[in-house]
Amino acid sequence: MKLTVWTYEGPPHVGAMRVATGMRGLHYVLHAPQGDTYADLLFTMIERRDHRPPVTYTTFQARDLGSDTAHLFKDACRDAYERFKPEAIIVGASCTAELIQDDPGGLAETMGLPIPVIPLELPSYQRKENFGADETFFQIARHLVRPQEKTAGITANLIGPTGLGYRHRDDIEEVTALLHDLGIGVNAVAPMGASPSDIARLTAAHFNVLMYPETGEAAARWLERAHGMAYTKTVPIGVGATHDFIAEVRGLTGATGVADTSRLRLPWYSKSVDSTYLTGKRVFLFGDATHVKAAARIARDEMGFEVAGLGCYNREFARDIRALARDFGTEALITDDYLEVEHAIEAAQPEMILGTQMERHVGKRLGIPCAVISAPVHVQDYPARYSPQMGWEGANVIFDTWVHPLVMGLEEHLLHMFREDFEFHDEAGPSHHGGHAPRAAAEAGGPPLDGQNIPEETAADVPVVQTDGSVAWMPDAEKELKKIPFFVRGKARRNTESFAAERGVREISVETLYEAKAHYAR
Amino acid sequence: MNDASPIAPATGCRNTPILKERGQREVFCGLTGIIWLHRKMQDAFFLVVGSRTCAHLLQSAAGVMIFAEPRFGTAILEESDLAGLADAHEELDREVARLLSRRPDIRQLFLVGSCPSEVIKLDLERAAERLTTAYAPHVRVLNYSGSGIETTFTQGEDACLAAMVPVMPKTEARELLLVGALPDVVEDQALGLLEALGIGPVRCLPARRADDAPAIGPNTVFALTQPFLGDTHAALERRGARHIPAPFPFGEEGTTAWLRAVAAEFGVPDARFEEVTAAPRARARKAIAAQAAELGGKSVFFFPDSQLEVPLARFLTRECGMEAIEVGSPFIHKGLVGPDLDLMAEGPVISEGQDVDLQLDRARAARPDLTVCGLGLANPLEAEGFATKWAIELVFTPVHFYEQAGDLAGLFSRPLRRRAKLKLEAAE
Repeated sequence: MKLTVWTYEGPPHVGAMRVATGMRGLHYVLHAPQGDTYADLLFTMIERRDHRPPVTYTTFQARDLGSDTAHLFKDACRDAYERFKPEAIIVGASCTAELIQDDPGGLAETMGLPIPVIPLELPSYQRKENFGADETFFQIARHLVRPQEKTAGITANLIGPTGLGYRHRDDIEEVTALLHDLGIGVNAVAPMGASPSDIARLTAAHFNVLMYPETGEAAARWLERAHGMAYTKTVPIGVGATHDFIAEVRGLTGATGVADTSRLRLPWYSKSVDSTYLTGKRVFLFGDATHVKAAARIARDEMGFEVAGLGCYNREFARDIRALARDFGTEALITDDYLEVEHAIEAAQPEMILGTQMERHVGKRLGIPCAVISAPVHVQDYPARYSPQMGWEGANVIFDTWVHPLVMGLEEHLLHMFREDFEFHDEAGPSHHGGHAPRAAAEAGGPPLDGQNIPEETAADVPVVQTDGSVAWMPDAEKELKKIPFFVRGKARRNTESFAAERGVREISVETLYEAKAHYAR
Repeated sequence: MNDASPIAPATGCRNTPILKERGQREVFCGLTGIIWLHRKMQDAFFLVVGSRTCAHLLQSAAGVMIFAEPRFGTAILEESDLAGLADAHEELDREVARLLSRRPDIRQLFLVGSCPSEVIKLDLERAAERLTTAYAPHVRVLNYSGSGIETTFTQGEDACLAAMVPVMPKTEARELLLVGALPDVVEDQALGLLEALGIGPVRCLPARRADDAPAIGPNTVFALTQPFLGDTHAALERRGARHIPAPFPFGEEGTTAWLRAVAAEFGVPDARFEEVTAAPRARARKAIAAQAAELGGKSVFFFPDSQLEVPLARFLTRECGMEAIEVGSPFIHKGLVGPDLDLMAEGPVISEGQDVDLQLDRARAARPDLTVCGLGLANPLEAEGFATKWAIELVFTPVHFYEQAGDLAGLFSRPLRRRAKLKLEAAE
């Protein structure tokens, strides 16, 4: 048993729903109790889809449990076939149905439906949403793919995009355009937009572009093993990764087309003098492994940030992320407990978080700006505008997204210079955002109860402020610390305390503060 | 006292045959009630014993995650709990100990059963008794089921309140008990009206804090403010309390009828009643009239959601001039919504339960001007050209009593007004 409040991933059958909802002509019959239909709203509300997910829920109740839930399943399956006339059906169980062991796959097979019926085994008490999507798409491919003659021109399949994916809609367009520049066509995009008959034709392509390893790797590996189709290992998020991706595609195909970089603006924006203030900004990265890996490289090499910590919530990729963290001289945080992530962020005191919607909330609580780089995301991260993460335009979008939450160059200096201006004081936060002022709770150190305990200002005449019992702040030093703008204050506090602790200084004075500042000067 | 009593139609809907359906239900389970209950009871914590699905439901249903640490959580059952490798009770005790040591402000802990915990027959009642003994007197531990196999959406609140009734202290006092979790602002308005009528003492279930928990006994009379509290109603009667049947306090007419029933019980003179209610009634009527201009003559179709459907259909048909085509509800408890059914003129299909695809077929055939439905259906129906009102907002918005009557009508008129306002098509 594990106590949690928020989860990064839903249960595995939600992953299966993401595949089914992305596809056309496929129906999912899910053995599930009333209430599991909540998952429809992820698609209809959060992603704003204009169709119900193609899912039929058997909706069994307590009174059915003693009698015949298998019968319910078969009725639901038959009704779904009659009503929706899908090209293929996937069948499975949600967490509760798994416990009553009706074997939906076996039941559906005995019904003699005139279409392929694909059974799913998604262990709800061990695995999660991404596994569910990956496994479902793999099973669909395994059941439906047939050998085909290759297309005349060089073509690729785009593998991995699903319903409810983070920017999948726009990434597909960007990667399609990129391949077009290289003289490569797209045979199929799957699961998103593909019908079961499109899946059957996947083998007509010359190779696969694995866009999202989280949801497409099992299928890509199987297509390589069973049908000799190579797949790309580089995910083209960021300038460097996109160049590497192009090189990899050229290597796989011998394509000679030239990518048009005229729309790529990140490199110049990053070089322009206004961006100098980005240098060495300490960022903490958390999300799914693929986006974190890409973001780490962009942060260091393309934005000039310093990666203060990184991690991912999908354990399946723990090894990759640990290796990545070693490259960045930090330790990887592999967890799906958002409180652990919050503690790690609190300890690292970054100047910005690049994370998921969970970290956005953490950032709000700690008064640290946050930009979203990965699922899970909320409705505002499904924007109306074209907003990819991949390719050249993706790099442009990422530059804008990451810079946006920060205090801008000269504003940062003005805050340093006139700290006590009543309107532009640092507690007000970046001036281009309304209501982004940090919670004073961030300064309190302890976990606030419901964010309510906003501490009183520390008066200069109160006794020394104990922090963790070993190092104490003199009132003057504490006051001086308050004059440091909020976006670096946490770091200043932490640096000063470790500086003092290393030297056996037990009381921090204004002197200590500035000695530490000189020591850590960069 | 008959001057202002609502005039019932010649034939109401009480005896209309109910279309009972059994099939796919597009509704939440009872766990969803935790979203508002945990804000209402400020020293209570709701610990769901369930699966990752339960946790995911709560965060998805909350829509926007509550950024302060919420007073609910899910103890997620893992493979080892199911295989019997770990004693689930020991695991639960450990999680509860951790939780309570971190949150010393918690005075009431609800262990909330889910579909998986019910299926594996995890005995949460026994756990609650054991934990109550361990943490008494500071923390009281109760249990109820919010599972989808037993409860639909608002029935979760019913199960929660019903679980509190047996442990309410006993009293011989003549008191009025208001039953149902209302937004604080609405509850205060209700208490204000009752006080002005000279009715008291008035207690509320649920109380905002454990220390204010009401007592109950043979001289308690209770009025329900929500129509989905069937089990709580039964539990209160078992404790000897007496129910005051009334239409539910939605709209001017509903609020007046509800207040009048309570006033009659407490022998409030007519003159006093008129004096207290005249001004807010006039305000409510005026506020509704502004919205009714847009709603009048329009048709409405209710998909089942919160069990508020019958009283709301009564409000929309009688006070806003709408025509109800179908009033679908997860469950129709005539003992509670009977007075509302009496007031609603014969005509609409009254349906209970759901087979969502069949119901969608009926809605498409009827082409209502406004469809009230859950979040899973709203956008797909909008895309088909139907104006919709998502039903969950009716549960999350202050809509009871006089001062909210206009807002309640506004929730229904806004989707229509918006459609009329938008000019999105290319000019011909």
